[in-house]
Amino acid sequence: MLLTDSTKKLSFNRKISDGDLVIVYEKHDTMKAVKVSEKSVLENRFGVFKHSDWIGKPFGCKVSSHKGGFVYLLAPTPELWTLVLSHRTQILYIADISFVVMYLELIPGCVVLESGTGSGSLTTSLARAIAPMGHVYTFDFHEQRAEAARADFEKTGLSSLVTVGVRDIQGEGFPKDLVGVADAVFLDLPQPWLAIPSAGEMLKPDGVLCSFSPCIEQVQRSSETLTSKFTDIRTFEVLLRTYEVREVKMDQCQSEEGTPGSHRPSKRKHRASEASHWQQDSSGSPVVMARPSSEARGHTGYLTFARLRCVE
Amino acid sequence: MSTIEHENSSQNRRITWEGCSVLLDINDGDRLLFSRLTAGSIVKIGNKNYPLQPLIGCPFGSLFQVENGINGPCLSRVIPTPEANNNTEDKREGAVKDESRDNRALIDNNTAQTLTGEDIEGLRRQGASGNEIVEALIANSATFENKTAFSQEKYRLKKQKKYAPKVLLRRPFARSVCDTYFKKYPARIGFLRVDTLSLLLSFANVTAQSDVLVVDMIGGLITGAVAERLGGTGYVCNTYRGDSPHSLEIVRMFNFGDEINRRIVRLPLTELSASHVGDSKGNGHLQVADSIENPSNQSDVTLSSIQSDQPVSMEATTVASEDEKPDTVTVVAKVHKAVQPGEKAPEDAIKSWKENGFSSLIIAAPDADAWNIVKEVLPFLSFSAPFVIYHQYLQPLATCMHNLQVEKMAIGLQITEPWLREYQVLPSRTHPHMQMSASGGYVLSGTKIYNEDQPNK
Ligand SMILES: C[S@@+](CC[C@H](N)C(=O)[O-])C[C@H]1O[C@@H](n2cnc3c(N)ncnc32)[C@H](O)[C@@H]1O
Repeated sequence: MLLTDSTKKLSFNRKISDGDLVIVYEKHDTMKAVKVSEKSVLENRFGVFKHSDWIGKPFGCKVSSHKGGFVYLLAPTPELWTLVLSHRTQILYIADISFVVMYLELIPGCVVLESGTGSGSLTTSLARAIAPMGHVYTFDFHEQRAEAARADFEKTGLSSLVTVGVRDIQGEGFPKDLVGVADAVFLDLPQPWLAIPSAGEMLKPDGVLCSFSPCIEQVQRSSETLTSKFTDIRTFEVLLRTYEVREVKMDQCQSEEGTPGSHRPSKRKHRASEASHWQQDSSGSPVVMARPSSEARGHTGYLTFARLRCVE
Repeated sequence: MSTIEHENSSQNRRITWEGCSVLLDINDGDRLLFSRLTAGSIVKIGNKNYPLQPLIGCPFGSLFQVENGINGPCLSRVIPTPEANNNTEDKREGAVKDESRDNRALIDNNTAQTLTGEDIEGLRRQGASGNEIVEALIANSATFENKTAFSQEKYRLKKQKKYAPKVLLRRPFARSVCDTYFKKYPARIGFLRVDTLSLLLSFANVTAQSDVLVVDMIGGLITGAVAERLGGTGYVCNTYRGDSPHSLEIVRMFNFGDEINRRIVRLPLTELSASHVGDSKGNGHLQVADSIENPSNQSDVTLSSIQSDQPVSMEATTVASEDEKPDTVTVVAKVHKAVQPGEKAPEDAIKSWKENGFSSLIIAAPDADAWNIVKEVLPFLSFSAPFVIYHQYLQPLATCMHNLQVEKMAIGLQITEPWLREYQVLPSRTHPHMQMSASGGYVLSGTKIYNEDQPNK
C-alpha cells in the first residue's frame, strides 16, 4: 500500500498484476478490497467480473462485467482501507486519524506505540507516517483481533513496519524493552488512565501521548492522571461536515414591476392580478450549489493530548 | 521486538543546537515567535533583552524563567521537581474542596493591593526573583484570601505572567508552525487551520517516497508540511504559472537539513507541460537565482518585528545547518554550502515525473479559482492517485467538483469542512472553550481515474 517498494509505486505505466490488492469502487460509499487472482471472479449487483480482465490494465481504470455494469479499480491507500476494512471493533475515521498523526508529530523514522489495535484502522495511517525507517508497536489483549490485524498488515504490505503484540496494556503496561524509545504513544482503551503511567515510561522527554475516549468521564480521569508527569494537556473534538453539490435551476423570482429605479422593463406579459406575487421564471442558467449533507457523524470521541515533561 | 535502535534523523532531534530554528512560547501561548538560536540572538520580554544562548543544547520542551544574572537579565532553565508536581496536585484537590467558597464579598476597587510600584522596584533592587515578587503581591493582597481557589489561581497566573514570565522551548513542526500562523497571521496561510492541514496530508496520501505536486500559494506551509512527512525522500514540487515562483518563507521556520531541503523544489508549469525533457534547460539558471532571495523575504521581517521589534529574525542568512559554524566543523565542511529549499527541480526528476506522473497533488490557492488550476495540473498526476484542494471559500470547490464530475476526470469526490473544538478539562469544571475558530476552510478530495477517451496528454 505504501510506496516503500519502488516497483509498486503509482505511475502512468503501472499495470494491475496478479496478486495485487485493489479497491473495487462502485460508488463513494460502496467499495471493497480484493486481492487480484488470475482465476477468480468478483460478483456484485452489476454482474460477474473476471479478474483476468483486470490484469494488465492501469490502476484507476473502469472495468466491465459480463452484463456491462462497471466498477473502478483503485490502488489502496490508508484512507480507502479505513473505508473497506472489516470492522472487528469500533474504528477511528479520517478526521480523528489525521489530527492524531499531526498532533503526535509523527515523521519518517519515529517509533510509536499503540493500544488497542482494534481493527487496525489507525495503525495503517501510523505506519504510513513513520515509514520507511520507523516502527509501530501495537498491542491488543484480544488474541484473535491481534491475529486478524497481523493478517491485514500482511495483506496491505505493512508487516515490516508494524509489530502486533498480544498484551493486557491496562494491567501490565507496555513491555519493558520499549522503555524510553517512543516518540509517541496512542491509547484507545476503556480505562486509559491505567495505561498512562506506563506510557510515560515509554516516551522520550517531550514525546506526545494521545488518548481517544468516547466519554467525557474517561477524559476527566485521564487528564487528572496526566498532570503528574505530563504538561500541555489539551482535549479536542474533531468532526467533519460534508457537502452535497448539485446543479440547480433557480427560479428567478422577479417582481412583476421590476425593481424600482432600475429601468428594466419586463418583456413578458404578466397578468395584473399577480402583481403581488413573485414571478416564476425558469429561464435562468443552472447554478452549481452546495449544501451540507443532512446527516453526519455527531460524535466519535475526545482526543486528549499531552507531552511528557522534561525533567533532565 | 528487540531491534529498538532507530537512528534519529536531524529532523527528529530533540535537543537544540546552535543555528537551529525554535518556536518560543512566552507565557502559555500569549506570545509565540520563531527564532534562530545563535550566540548573538536575543528575545525581548517586557522591556528587557534576554540572550538566547542558554537555550542552546537544551531539550525541546524545556521551560525557562527570567532572572537577574550577574551579567544582566538572563533566561534560566526551570526543572520541575517531583515535589513541585505534588504541590500542584495538592492545589488541585484544594480546588475541589473549596468549592463552597464564592465571590459574593469581593470588592474590586484597586485598593486591595497594598504594595506600590515603588515597593516592587525596591524588592527588585534587593535582588528578589520574579516568583518572590508574586508571593509578596499575594501576601499584600487584602482580597486574595477570600477569593475562590479558582480565582486565586487566576490571580497568581496573571501576576506570574507579568513579574515571572516563562519561556517554553518548542519544536517547529507542521503542527506548531500551522497553529502559530493561524493564531497570529491567519491571512498569510489562507486561514488554513491545523486540522484542515492534517486532512490535506491524509487525503493526498503523503508518505515517504512520494512525488507530491503542490500549488502552494500560502507561503510554503503546505510545502513544509509535506517535506516533513517525506523525511528526505521523494520530492515536493511546487509549480507555478508565470515568472515568479510562490514564496516559501514558512519553510524556513522548520528545522530542515540539507537532505530535506534538497527534496523541496520548484518548477514552472510551462516546463512540466513541455513535451521534451530538454526544453526546460533554457531558463534553469533564472529559477535558481530566483529561488530564495525574492522580495517575499520581506514578510519574514515583519513576522519577527511585529513581535515587539525582535532583532532575532528568521531572515537571518544562516538558514540551514550547523555545518556552517566554524567552531564545530572541519575545513571541508566550511566549503560546504547549505542547500536552500526551493531550487529548480533536477532534470532526472522532471523526466521521471513526465514518464510516471506524480503520486499526489495538493492545491492551496485561497485567492484563485480552483477549477482553473486543477484542470491544468491534474494531467501530471498518475492514474488512481489522490488529490486534494484547499479553499477558504466553498463555492469555488463546488464548481470545481461539478466540473470534475462532468468531465469524468475523477471519482470519490467529496467536499468536507472540518470542525475543531477544544475543551477545558478540570475537576467539576469541564466544558468546551468559550471561544472557538468557526472556520478552518474547505477541502475537496478525490481520486484521478484513467479515462480511455482522454488518455493522459
Ligand atoms: C475501539 S478498539 C480500537 C480501534 C482502533 N483504534 C482502530 O482504529 O481500529 C479498542 C481495542 O482495545 C482492546 N483492549 C481493551 N482493553 C485492553 C487492554 N487492557 N489491553 C490491550 N487491549 C485492550 C480491545 O480488544 C479492542 O480491540
